[in-house]
Amino acid sequence: MHFFSTLFAGLFFGSGLILSGMANPTKVQNFLDIFGTWDPSLAFVMGGAILVTAPGFWFVQKRSTPFFHDMFHLPTRNDIDARLVAGAAIFGIGWGLGGLCPGPAVTSLPFATSGVLVFVPAMLVGMSLAKLTALPSRKTIPA
Amino acid sequence: METEFTPFASLLGGGLIGLSAVILMASHGRVAGISGIVSRILPPAIDTKGLPQGLTFIAGLLLAAPLWFGFIGQAPVVTISSNMALLGLAGILVGFGAVLGNGCTSGHGVCGISRMSGRSMIATATFMTTGVVTVFILRHVVGG
Repeated sequence: MHFFSTLFAGLFFGSGLILSGMANPTKVQNFLDIFGTWDPSLAFVMGGAILVTAPGFWFVQKRSTPFFHDMFHLPTRNDIDARLVAGAAIFGIGWGLGGLCPGPAVTSLPFATSGVLVFVPAMLVGMSLAKLTALPSRKTIPA
Repeated sequence: METEFTPFASLLGGGLIGLSAVILMASHGRVAGISGIVSRILPPAIDTKGLPQGLTFIAGLLLAAPLWFGFIGQAPVVTISSNMALLGLAGILVGFGAVLGNGCTSGHGVCGISRMSGRSMIATATFMTTGVVTVFILRHVVGG
């Protein structure tokens, strides 16, 4: 059950992305192209997701713990810092350039289009680089 | 290139994404942020405790496309830039920015907004804005 829940969560997520058209980078870029070939579909994807997630989270968190784990891991910070804004700004530039964000990029891997095969390794490198720059300030490195 | 406006398929697909987020929260108490799930199992500082869960979720994500192909009989329409240098740069920026800003479209845009998180609302507004500006420059200034 433990693993099935995560496997199905991944499967539903990927299926949702494909059904909604978000695995198609051109469709995502068209959402961002409000002064050109605008396609508002992505707003409906976010709307549909939030319509399920918001009440779902509220209902689930009435429990004291999740089903297969001892606690909820909820982000607790509420300060707006430069890292958050800079990170989101950089993310948005890359998202606009390629029309891909992490979910659709991983989901599209099995199609093996050359663009995705270039994008995903580059994305993993970018993630590791960001972890590398963020780590030393938070953790003390053992000598 | 124009794409067809698909309000119903997109709303339904969004609902499936929401269902996935609720399953993950109910079962493991985790936010369904793809950049978080992927980056936690990358070096440096691999989250070894969360590794099996992370890998299973990613396996599910990877299974979606082949299953779709099996049931529908045809691959979904995917059109992507043929400029590999541009996509490589896009990948680095997406990966770096998502980890620096603690989230991407799913973690901030779906889960964070659903939790009424101020940080996620600011992050979502920010990446939507830079995304719109980038596509404008890409299509109407450079490519126009």
